[in-house]
Amino acid sequence: MENLIALLIAAPLLGAGLLLCGGRRLDRVGHILGTLLAAASFVIGVVLFADMLGRSGDDRALHQHLFSWIPVESFQADIAFQLDQLSMTFVLLITGVGTLIHIYSIGYMEHDERRRRFFGYLNLFLAAMLLLVLADNYLLLYFGWEGVGLASYLLIGFWQHKPSAATAAKKAFLVNRVGDMGLSIAIMLMFTTFGTFAFGPVLESTGQASSGTITGIGLMLLLAACGKSAQVPLQSWLGDAMEGPTPVSALIHAATMVTAGVYLITRSGAIFNASPDAQLVVVIVGAVTLLFGAIVGCAKDDIKKALAGSTMSQIGYMILAAGLGPIGYVFAIMHLVTHGFFKAGLFLGAGSVMHGMNDEVDMRKYGGLRKYMPVTFVTFGLGYLAIIGFPGLSGFWSKDKIIEAAFAKGGTEGWILGAVTLLGAALTAYYMTRVMLMTFFGEKRWQPDAEGNEPKPHESPKSMTIPMIVLAFGSVFAGGLFSLNESFVKWLEPVTQFEHGHPPISAAAVTTLTVVVLLIGVGVAYLQYGRKPVPVTAPRGSLVTRAARRDLLQDDFNHVVLVRGGEHLTRSLVYVDHTLVDGVVNGTAASFGGLSGRLRKLQNGYARSYAVSMFGGTAVLIAATLLMRAV
Amino acid sequence: MSFPLLTATAAVPAIGAIVTAAVPAARRTAAKWIALTFSLATLVLAAIALVRFEPGGDRYQLTESHAWISDFGVRYELGVDGIGVSLMALTALLIPFVIAAGWHDADPLETKSSRWRPTQGFFALILMVEAMVILSFEATDVFLFYILFEAMLIPVYFLIGGFGDRAHAGGDEAGATQRSYAAVKFLLYNLAGGLIMLAAVIGLFVQAGTFSLTEIAAARADGTLDMSTGMERWLFLGFFLAFAIKAPLWPVHTWLPNAMGEATAPVAVLITAVVDKVGTFAMLRFCLQLFPEASKWATPVVLVLALISIVYGALLAVGQRDIKRLIAYASISHFGFIIMGIFAMTSQGQSGATLYMINHGISTAALLLVAGFLISRRGSRLISDYGGVQKVAPVLAGTFLIGGLATLSLPGLAPFVSEFLVLVGTFSRYPVIGIIATIGIVLAALYVLVLYQRTMTGPVNESVRHMPDLKLRELAVVTPLIALLLFLGVYPKPLTDIVNPAVEHTMSDVHKSDPKPEVEAAP
Repeated sequence: MENLIALLIAAPLLGAGLLLCGGRRLDRVGHILGTLLAAASFVIGVVLFADMLGRSGDDRALHQHLFSWIPVESFQADIAFQLDQLSMTFVLLITGVGTLIHIYSIGYMEHDERRRRFFGYLNLFLAAMLLLVLADNYLLLYFGWEGVGLASYLLIGFWQHKPSAATAAKKAFLVNRVGDMGLSIAIMLMFTTFGTFAFGPVLESTGQASSGTITGIGLMLLLAACGKSAQVPLQSWLGDAMEGPTPVSALIHAATMVTAGVYLITRSGAIFNASPDAQLVVVIVGAVTLLFGAIVGCAKDDIKKALAGSTMSQIGYMILAAGLGPIGYVFAIMHLVTHGFFKAGLFLGAGSVMHGMNDEVDMRKYGGLRKYMPVTFVTFGLGYLAIIGFPGLSGFWSKDKIIEAAFAKGGTEGWILGAVTLLGAALTAYYMTRVMLMTFFGEKRWQPDAEGNEPKPHESPKSMTIPMIVLAFGSVFAGGLFSLNESFVKWLEPVTQFEHGHPPISAAAVTTLTVVVLLIGVGVAYLQYGRKPVPVTAPRGSLVTRAARRDLLQDDFNHVVLVRGGEHLTRSLVYVDHTLVDGVVNGTAASFGGLSGRLRKLQNGYARSYAVSMFGGTAVLIAATLLMRAV
Repeated sequence: MSFPLLTATAAVPAIGAIVTAAVPAARRTAAKWIALTFSLATLVLAAIALVRFEPGGDRYQLTESHAWISDFGVRYELGVDGIGVSLMALTALLIPFVIAAGWHDADPLETKSSRWRPTQGFFALILMVEAMVILSFEATDVFLFYILFEAMLIPVYFLIGGFGDRAHAGGDEAGATQRSYAAVKFLLYNLAGGLIMLAAVIGLFVQAGTFSLTEIAAARADGTLDMSTGMERWLFLGFFLAFAIKAPLWPVHTWLPNAMGEATAPVAVLITAVVDKVGTFAMLRFCLQLFPEASKWATPVVLVLALISIVYGALLAVGQRDIKRLIAYASISHFGFIIMGIFAMTSQGQSGATLYMINHGISTAALLLVAGFLISRRGSRLISDYGGVQKVAPVLAGTFLIGGLATLSLPGLAPFVSEFLVLVGTFSRYPVIGIIATIGIVLAALYVLVLYQRTMTGPVNESVRHMPDLKLRELAVVTPLIALLLFLGVYPKPLTDIVNPAVEHTMSDVHKSDPKPEVEAAP
């Protein structure tokens, strides 16, 4: 059975290789081939899952050792895989949602002349993401980690002729590299501390290392997670990443890749459990991002950017939960999976809307679309209900548990975190209701596009709606299914451990509070966007609104400090190199130069002068050695 | 006596150079094919040497030894360890690509007389460089090495000064001026280094009474050759400075951007991927082995200089407007990594540094040769003269991106393996330096992606609208390099198997062992 693990990765990798090197011959079948290979990977995943269910909880992990990757003395990196319950969860999510989005893309990218290449990149992404979650050591995880970064870079910048897309792609890669620095340093620390960076030995030995080292490793892993999962302070790339085609936003920048940071922290649970300091920082990052993303999401008029803010915020929930330790890991992953369903569904819905609206993304120019796109409306609506945590739907189950766990952290911290998560829930309800109302309700505010074409909204083709319907099912039922009999907790417990939290207020009270803030959020949004007509041009807005529209001025800060500062630095260094360093070295060499200058005149040619000095040198050498022998 | 394989690996290109140079003026295509054939024959011999080399065997293998100037103990002594044999193979591997990529670089200009024979000269000089570089990786006699180290400057000088990049912003006149400036600068820098090394070579002979590396090293190891601390340090400095100029290390690096900018792309590859490696190789072979105590004494300073090279080179690369100068500064940053790995004095650092030399050779060749194809199409080296190439020449853009990704050490491509080894090897002994060096990985992404964005993406620049995509010859150059980058990125074990034992020897030369982990991890 374990030999199948490599095939999970091999199938999409083969697809990427064929589609990217195959040339135009494959243009006609490329999308089919790519989709079939993604589906093949999903089928293998299901087979492995069925097999895993047949074994008892503690005996479910499979290992496959392919070959030794980088062996240098005690540094031993292997290409080896580990498939346990945590990896399995991701495999099913990645290949399942991945396949759906491949199918969706067949329709969505139909008119793009580079569709084959698009599917090649999607396959490449699947392979890298699977490598990330299947690796059995941190260095191989790093391989997948950067691999998904590359796929993300290629896909954000897929429409490279648009300068904004090329810039966004570069920015995403660069910000992620800052995170990668953290991952590199964490791996180096593990190597010097434990002599290895394989999951098993490292995570079992955390107790023996000094607490300072463990905290250092934890914080470096967190830095990596911040980059990949768009958490404060490395969150600035995600909004811009919406330049990519919408299926990419759904798969990579909502359902899977951006959640890799949550995987990393959960996988490294033993390290964080051993360091309360690191955990505290994780929780703070999660809480800050949760609010940051939600506030940004409230102010954006671009439907995809509003959803991107939401993604950031929801991942904030997951990171926060993961920072709570064994009371939170399971719920972090559970929210990750349910979020994978409803957020992918929401993005695909947004793509469907754009598809029918001449690629317009400004929600102020939508309105009243529910009549024209009934399937999109219903599936998007279910995703909406799921994300705001409407009782009974997926998001309700997972988010409610996180809020409960936040309170259960105990002490003042617990109250603060509980309040933050509740505030986040209210904001979620507000901004999502706003998106819903501006897009599907109210009067038509459609505008002709740049070429003067009036939008003619229509329902999308079946290849697009079917994935949306499937995801809507997940958005409705997954959470309930997971919570039935605590099945998800029991599934993950052997890997992540689990402790029941004891919140200072009863679980029922938490749930009630959650529902109340949800209704407040929805109500306020309704008063603002449902009762009153939505202006086509955005009103000036308050200071906070304006700041939120600009991503709370994060980019302005980056621009002034990093971009401008960097430009000045490199420019002055170029000057220094040219005048100072070159000058000083040349000056020092001038004493030699005086001599060779005269030689130059004599010989009228550098090479000849050089030849002379070289033979002169050799002669001196020979003479000197002879002399020494004589002495 | 067995077949002198190592001599053959140098003799074949040397003979090839003579034959190529002798081809009549009108038959320049024949000269190209002759040069290519000889370089391929060399590659075959190098491959045989690589196969016959036994990783677990003696330190120096395939040895040859003949009396040369017996009066004062100069011998023609050859032998390779794992490091030498792999660098020799790298050289033999890259030259056919250099020749194929430079196929039209030395076609005579119409304005010159018909008796002019630049083509023959160009390819003969390349083969000449190959012969000398290969022999310098094999020489185990200090005197022989010194002669080669110096002599290889001559053909390189002519290659820079005589066959510059024709794409020059300031016109032919300005091009010629800057070309000769670059060539002279190259020469003077390396000449200065060579003169200092000459003094050190003499000094070493005075101390040891022989030029044989193996004899001196053995005498150093068993204590029969005792040097005063001061003497050892002076000799170390003499050798090190020459190697640092060649490598090049900050602050004696400024000749490289000029040389690489003005030379044609294949010659720039020859300089940075092949010739410069003699410098870093010689640090491992001569500095560490002959002067272990002085090497350790100098380590803090060398590491700091290497660190400056890494960050400074990368920052300057970000600030460049000329494609080839950008790649030159990127190389300076990479040489910083190599030198840092050597002087970290750990197995991972030194194996990583050796792999780095090889991987940097391949990745720079890929990036720079594609850059050369690009430049020759448009006739400009300025980044701002491009834009949107991806749209008109997707294969060219794709290969350029892969070369760039290799340069920024993306996992899956060979340079990642070596860069991470160097980092972890440095970190395990000098954590702070290791951490600062990781800034290099962020900056590398910056200069590579900015270069790619400005040249390849965005709206199509008018001047590149009709740019043709890669031709068959060009694809034949790039594809094997990319395949190799992928292979060595995923399965570098064949290489580490060869290099590791040699590094163990070097580690014992300097009496160093790897730092032990803080705790014993559970199995």
